Amino acid sequence: MTRMASSSTKPTILARRDAVKALLAKRHGALVISGLGSPTYDVHAAGDRDHNYYLWGAMGAAALIGLGLAQAQPKKRVLVITGDGEQLMALGGLATIAVAKPRNLIIVVIDNGHFGETGMQISHTGLGIDLAKVAAACGFQRAATLTRMGEVEKLAGEIRELADGPSLYVIKVAPENPPRSLPSRDAVYIKNRFRAALGLLPA
Amino acid sequence: MRNLPSPEPAPSPGVAWPKAVYEILKAADVRQIAYVPDAGHAMLIELFNADPGVSSNVLTTEEEGVAIAAGAWLGGRRSVVLMQSSGVGNCINMLSLPVIARFPLLLLVTMRGEWAEFNPWQAPMGRATQTVLEAIGVRVMRADTAFDLVDAVESAATLAYEGEQQIAVLIGQRLLGKKKW
Repeated sequence: MTRMASSSTKPTILARRDAVKALLAKRHGALVISGLGSPTYDVHAAGDRDHNYYLWGAMGAAALIGLGLAQAQPKKRVLVITGDGEQLMALGGLATIAVAKPRNLIIVVIDNGHFGETGMQISHTGLGIDLAKVAAACGFQRAATLTRMGEVEKLAGEIRELADGPSLYVIKVAPENPPRSLPSRDAVYIKNRFRAALGLLPA
Repeated sequence: MRNLPSPEPAPSPGVAWPKAVYEILKAADVRQIAYVPDAGHAMLIELFNADPGVSSNVLTTEEEGVAIAAGAWLGGRRSVVLMQSSGVGNCINMLSLPVIARFPLLLLVTMRGEWAEFNPWQAPMGRATQTVLEAIGVRVMRADTAFDLVDAVESAATLAYEGEQQIAVLIGQRLLGKKKW
């Protein structure tokens, strides 16, 4: 009986693909930026969309691109989906975003505690750094760590809500590399496709 | 009488050019700026911070501004990034983003370490600034007089926002004047 109770309360570690798929199940018109490596593959696997901008490099850029986009499109929700390593490279960027106070920016860190693209070396979050606490200390309006699918589904429903400031959610996932799902690496094509979907013409 | 090059900075350069540059950037429909402050940019930053039509972002490190500018363009806005020459060194890998995606980029860089510089720690990056920008594919324009600067910024704004080019305008330390210690 004790064993049963113990096994039923043991948290199941989320699979990253399932988490991102659930997060993007209803996008509510959100504009999505994905950080290099696995988050780009996860976002692509959940469905290629004109409103996705995939990064294949420029590590540390994702959340800041999100800020610039959120300021340019204040009526849209901007969802940045990135990894723990990518966000760790832009820790200072969390301070920049916090003082800019965009109301329409949600950063989601898919946190496996490892640098998954380069051989699964353990990252700072795997060694105890808590990105949600960092965001909260910077003054993000909402900052939390999610470990259950129900919490991810609830967050997916909140994408449409306008907050009073930026949000950062860490979703803890298993360290695994699912089969790659590769979007175009042509950054100009993806840029022009994204802008065209907003009614913006190429130069 | 022939005009000889003045050994001193142009008269009151710190008063005249920031307003002119601000007006050019406004006319180019720039509605977002990002900066790590420099004394040479102080008045330009003040003008933008006082402008309710402009989103102004103070950065912890300069490469954040390169990413913010890309995001702005994705959403249809024009952005400019202000920094000192030392900050260019922080930006190098991030410049992959505008270069490979052909995002418009306008950097206004105040130079240190090249003219009447008291602080030798500014010299290495000051010497490397133009070289590293060009090495990664950013076009460099240089201005050492207020007249050239205003002209260069106007030209650079057109190249960047109309031509999707990546441009850095280097503002010579001689134009900025000697820092008082």
